Amino acid sequence: MVQACEIYNDRVVRQFALMTVVWGVVGMAVGTLIAAQMLWPALNLDLPWTSFGRLRPLHTNAVIFAFGGSALFASSYYCVQRTCHVRLYSDRLAAFTFWGWQLVILLAAITLPLGITSSKEYAELEWPIDILIAVVWVAYAIVFFGTLVRRRVQHIYVANWFFAAFIITIAVLHIVNSLAVPVSLVKSYSVYAGTVDAMVQWWYGHNAVGFFLTAGFLGMMYYFVPKQAGRPVYSYRLSIVHFWALISIYMWAGPHHLHYTTLPDWAQSLGMVFSVMLIAPSWGGMINGIMTLSGAWGKLRTDPILKFLIVSLSFYGMSTFEGPMMSIRTVNALSHYTDWTIGHVHSGALGWVAMVSIACMYILIPRLYGRREMHSIRAIDLHFWVMTIGIVLYVVSMWIAGVMQGLMWRATNPDGTLTYSFIESLIATYPFYAIRLAGGLLIMAGMFIMVWNVWRTVGEPGGQTDVVIPAPAPQAA
Amino acid sequence: MDIGVLRGIATALALAAFVAVAAWAWSQRRRAAFDEAARLPLEEDPQSGEPR
Repeated sequence: MVQACEIYNDRVVRQFALMTVVWGVVGMAVGTLIAAQMLWPALNLDLPWTSFGRLRPLHTNAVIFAFGGSALFASSYYCVQRTCHVRLYSDRLAAFTFWGWQLVILLAAITLPLGITSSKEYAELEWPIDILIAVVWVAYAIVFFGTLVRRRVQHIYVANWFFAAFIITIAVLHIVNSLAVPVSLVKSYSVYAGTVDAMVQWWYGHNAVGFFLTAGFLGMMYYFVPKQAGRPVYSYRLSIVHFWALISIYMWAGPHHLHYTTLPDWAQSLGMVFSVMLIAPSWGGMINGIMTLSGAWGKLRTDPILKFLIVSLSFYGMSTFEGPMMSIRTVNALSHYTDWTIGHVHSGALGWVAMVSIACMYILIPRLYGRREMHSIRAIDLHFWVMTIGIVLYVVSMWIAGVMQGLMWRATNPDGTLTYSFIESLIATYPFYAIRLAGGLLIMAGMFIMVWNVWRTVGEPGGQTDVVIPAPAPQAA
Repeated sequence: MDIGVLRGIATALALAAFVAVAAWAWSQRRRAAFDEAARLPLEEDPQSGEPR
């Protein structure tokens, strides 16, 4: 075993894995705070920096790009090395992606509460930070593709295809949508105007969902579900077909965010049709994941990580059915601007993305620290139940609130006047805000259980080991 | 060219691309390679998987 051997670069994976947990706690804590602000507005402390409008983008950026982003960096760097039998290309660039990404997050955490924003949803950061993101992302692409090019295995495993599509597309989306004319260090104006600006923004916004929150995490799913289930993916062929279908169709779905606006009707219809078509490739991935687990049902009794994965895939299936339905114009007429959208987003972001990321961390962290498994399996099980109940409370309360709001806003009296004022719909929503907050607190509690478990796992004596790259590689060409 | 004809051509090309990908994925020639690739995540690191 010991020769003049090469070892994997697990240092950067460890760093990203631990920061995934840290940013998960921070992002969800801010989310819980603003959920409480919806119930008790006085919690904004009457300060501009802690007002809902400034903390909400902080929450979304923290959970999507800090928590989700770190999880994707960690899992993609781990997966690409293990499936290519080669060390990451360039330790320096890999380290740069870690420190650069942390700097982006830190700058976001400073500028957003100060009210420095481009006001584009999910792309709020101002131009100097946007440039830093672009540089870090190009470095990420060089590291990832550089590693693929140097692989000692003939095949490029399907998870790497998903990661590759995610990396390329996010670079394109981010750069195109963030094009702006700076007027000072902290203020810029988009190069786009009016309806075109809206269309570019939601082309970006929906593909951030499609490629960051879907393709990237499908990459994670395709590596870690087979690994944890101990059996190869159900249908490798299905994974290829649904990969190409998914990335071809997602690109066109953005206009469904702009139904009944000044966007031309034909563009709205196009967005709607492509969104409905997305059910097929999305469910291709969901079915493939669930069928991979289906040979391991017995393990569900003893392995809470598999429970995380199966619930995650179930939420993926549910939210990719719900999304196409909501993109149909007439359904959208009811759902848009209501809390139904918030419920939908969180069924995807918490149910699918957060659960698969947490499962991935529970698989990854012990391996990265030379352990067989996490310190406490029972704590993982507890985390699973607390989080699942929390998500169900969150999503169901927002569904009910959203449909109720939509029905109240559209209700008219025989003489054509509105039946309800806006404030009446807000008062009716109050109990659901309380249920949502309860769900959020449970999800937070789960994250603290995870922090304790990770702390104990990482802190146990023994510690991290260098993992030798298998050589000669089994399938060396 | 009429926009309708362009749309028809685009739809036909998209359909052909899908059929081509599906045919490639299900071709017997690829079977062995895919089976091999599908086992990649199951490999374990030398040190892990053993009790402490």
